[in-house]
Amino acid sequence: MANIAWPPASKRGLIGKSISRIDGPEKASGRAKYTYDQNPASLLVAKMLTSPYAHAKITALDTSAAERMPGVRAVYVFNGVGKEVNWEGHEIVAVAADTEELAEDAVRRIRVEYQQLPYFVDDADLAQAAKDGRARQLGAETSGDPSTGFQQAEVTSEGDYGIPVITHCCLESHGSVAQWQGDKLNVWISTQNVSGSAGEYAQSPELNVPASNVNVDCQVMGGGFGSKFGVDTWGLAAAALAKKAGRPVKLMLERKEELLMAGSRPSLRGKIRVGAKRDGTLVAWDSDSWGTGGMSVVGIHGLLPYIFRGIPNRGSRYTAVRTNTGPARAWRAPNHPQACFLTMAALDDLAAKLGMDPLDFFVKNLPLAGERAALYQEELQKAAELMDWKAKWHPRGDKAPGPTKRGVGLSIHTWGGLGHDSYCRTTIHPDGSVEVATGSQDLGTGTRTVINIVAAETLGLPLDGVRVEIGDNKYPPDGASGGSTTVGGVSSSTRVSATNALNELLAKVAPGLGTTPDKLEAVGGKVQVIGDPSKAISWKKACARLGTTPIVAMGQRNMSLISSGVGGAQMAEVSVDVETGVVRMEKMVAVQDCGLIIDVKTAMSQVYGACIMGTCYALHEEKIMDQQTGTCLNPNMEFYKLSGLDDVGDIVVHMMTDSAIESRGVIGLGEPPVISPGAAIANAVANAIGVRVPDLPMTPGRVLDALGKGEKA
Amino acid sequence: MRDFEYGNPSSLKQAITLLGANFDEAQVLAGGTDLISLMKDYVVTPRRVVNIKSIAELRGAQETAAGLRIGSATVLEDLFERPAPLHPFPSLRTAIEGVSSAQMRSMGTVGGDLLQRPRCWYFRNGFGLLARDSQGRSLVPGGDNRYHAIFDNAGPAYFVCPSSLAPPLIALGAAARVTGPKGSREVSIAELFRTPRDAGESEHTLGPKDILTEILIPARSRTLRNATYEVRERRVMDWPLVTASVALRMEGKRVRQATVVLGQVAPTPWRAEAAERALAGKELNEAAAAQAGDAAAQGAHPLSRNGYKVQLVRVAVKRALLQAIA
Repeated sequence: MANIAWPPASKRGLIGKSISRIDGPEKASGRAKYTYDQNPASLLVAKMLTSPYAHAKITALDTSAAERMPGVRAVYVFNGVGKEVNWEGHEIVAVAADTEELAEDAVRRIRVEYQQLPYFVDDADLAQAAKDGRARQLGAETSGDPSTGFQQAEVTSEGDYGIPVITHCCLESHGSVAQWQGDKLNVWISTQNVSGSAGEYAQSPELNVPASNVNVDCQVMGGGFGSKFGVDTWGLAAAALAKKAGRPVKLMLERKEELLMAGSRPSLRGKIRVGAKRDGTLVAWDSDSWGTGGMSVVGIHGLLPYIFRGIPNRGSRYTAVRTNTGPARAWRAPNHPQACFLTMAALDDLAAKLGMDPLDFFVKNLPLAGERAALYQEELQKAAELMDWKAKWHPRGDKAPGPTKRGVGLSIHTWGGLGHDSYCRTTIHPDGSVEVATGSQDLGTGTRTVINIVAAETLGLPLDGVRVEIGDNKYPPDGASGGSTTVGGVSSSTRVSATNALNELLAKVAPGLGTTPDKLEAVGGKVQVIGDPSKAISWKKACARLGTTPIVAMGQRNMSLISSGVGGAQMAEVSVDVETGVVRMEKMVAVQDCGLIIDVKTAMSQVYGACIMGTCYALHEEKIMDQQTGTCLNPNMEFYKLSGLDDVGDIVVHMMTDSAIESRGVIGLGEPPVISPGAAIANAVANAIGVRVPDLPMTPGRVLDALGKGEKA
Repeated sequence: MRDFEYGNPSSLKQAITLLGANFDEAQVLAGGTDLISLMKDYVVTPRRVVNIKSIAELRGAQETAAGLRIGSATVLEDLFERPAPLHPFPSLRTAIEGVSSAQMRSMGTVGGDLLQRPRCWYFRNGFGLLARDSQGRSLVPGGDNRYHAIFDNAGPAYFVCPSSLAPPLIALGAAARVTGPKGSREVSIAELFRTPRDAGESEHTLGPKDILTEILIPARSRTLRNATYEVRERRVMDWPLVTASVALRMEGKRVRQATVVLGQVAPTPWRAEAAERALAGKELNEAAAAQAGDAAAQGAHPLSRNGYKVQLVRVAVKRALLQAIA
């Protein structure tokens, strides 16, 4: 009998190796079909009318001119007369027409009258937010006695820090294609939640369709980062329009809509005071912070200080500010990058004031960092080695001649990553072919590959001996892919299901080999007596014993195979031109643990991607709102800036793997590596130029202002 | 996008007859890298679009006795194909290399770069070239003006001229040939631009029936020491924050005559005459270059969020000068 426990390192043929993603060639060649590529016969295209105002009441709405246009097939009203729209981009009407152009023209024929209402979009202006009644303290925390703590402190540092609202910038925008076949609804949708989407359609009274009649398909997707859990109002609209028109409808967001309405990451700004003994021991923390998640009251309450929760005397208060901006959604490691930046920057400033190397300062205070202190220390040491930290670090302000100053900075982070609930079905056919199916989704992270590796390893087959089926809700349900929960879910459910299937096969085969199932194993494309390759039959022959009936075995997430909780350390090296304020990334070192790694290559790929994403928000990325008009000034990829390949520098990734770490089982990885880059890069800039650039992104203007070189108006 | 007619003339003469009495009637299409986006966003809504890329005489570069002639519809990337024509003009080469991306350079034209519309985000988001709200107040002084003008910005125009090629071409003393219904005329590159003073005015001096047909870099400019320095946040796919182009007539180590032109700082390409005066007759070294940079920044009036651009002017001028003599 095969056991579900992960095989030891000596017996792994695939798990823990570096394997290229199995759908890479399909994606690179363009054969992979994304939601955008679905073009069922007689497809209509839908476009939306959204609010041009930050806040308004709709006083009149006339869609008749649009409806009269030849080729316009259906109109759907999200928000009609009497409804309030609360941000620029708030959805009002969608129109489905024969062509995209026609749909756009029809949208322009819709007449809307608005009564404009007071609005507020500038979350940096806390005083104004308070005056407008838009600021609400979400929580306050005190531990020990902060005022005594600061009296005991021999060195205190105080600063203002801020990180703005950014968006998800999925390469593939949100959207779906909906098609009715009688009373059945087929949707292709770019979603992080294949198994959970049917229920959302079923809740819509307008659609009047039971979940059992909804088929959801998402084979490949161009990223979600936390913004694609729901089918969204525009997903329901596509289905409703398709129903009205009696033809399939495609509704994908335009890039502008994507940036305005499809999710953003809350800002976080604050004033922080930290105190330490002269030897660097942290004794006191106090922070007043605020941020906006749009109209929803969300935020980081309870996360400051980040990681160093053991500071004996600490107070923190967090205020949520409501702004008339597109709503916040989970953004890769929700709230952690913001809390991490504020905390690590404040601590780094204190280390500088103490005249300490921040590496020594952080290590000294790791006892305040909770249960993962030893792991952080190990990771910091590894990162320091890969960065050559001790050679590169210098006290603040590079003294080298010339305008280009170099500096290094560091940060640590943590995340949970417990696998979500997951079911998997393994089918072994009498001809030896194998199919593994689960209603999961591959956001681009390598989920399909991971499932393949686990199933093939379990069955002793090569990768191409197993066909993986995901991205369809007809398969056994799997949770939404968020919070680094996918790999734990699917790897354990796949392992259990493949093991269960294998055990049924072994039971069939054992008598013929003159033994009992517990003496058999599947390795190298054979079923053999454990440790005795001479007593073996090929996989194909073993399966032939099934006659005409395949084996079908289920498996569910299993807690003995997975766990939660990781650490990570990152170091950044930058060069800054102090005459222009331009920051260049030289190098990032990312050291990360995540338990047992199924596929080293796709895991590392996650970390590389996170470092790039982190560079984007550290240096360039910002949703820029204009209080005068209530609108977003940069809803495009021209002035909403992301790093290009030339902007990211060298990235060195090190995955922590040893038997102790692997014994924790599989833990998710998507979130943690994106938490530290903002802090590490900002600290490197401070180390290079000698002063803190208080706000991200660190654009040339902000760097020059910090250096006192920006002129005042 | 509003419906429009598409004209695809093969001769200049035909092209001019297809243009209209105002820009709403017809607009010239060259590389199409920006006009089409502006039309999709209803920022401009011409009833007719006249493609000039099929007009053979508008494409290609030629060395002549008078100098280097570059057809206005010449694709930027084509100027690199034979490195010879740009050889004496590193300032121009740098500016072209700085244009966004290989894709843009492969589609965009010389004339298109010069005559592209400003990138001002209020303009692009539908608030008009002068970026006014419904009461006619300018949105720029009280808004996010981080990329806006620091010179010639008393209003009503606050945008910056986005052309990458104008500063080096002006510094090199280049001329532009403009052809209209009444024939063709030669103007300086600087004369293509103006700062609009009211809502009806365009930022270019070309009339609605005019076509920019050719650029001429005079032969005498080949002996100028020249360079462009661009400060940009990202290495690629980004607009420079400030650029400086310089062209120097040297006498030994001394500057006999200097031309210093700034980009991205004013509604037009901006001639830094104080810097030119500061350089004249001087030996050009680090100190003189820095002084010229300081002089170039004189008279700047930063808005609420673009004070950093004053510093960028200083350093861009200094570095362009030092590069020119390196």
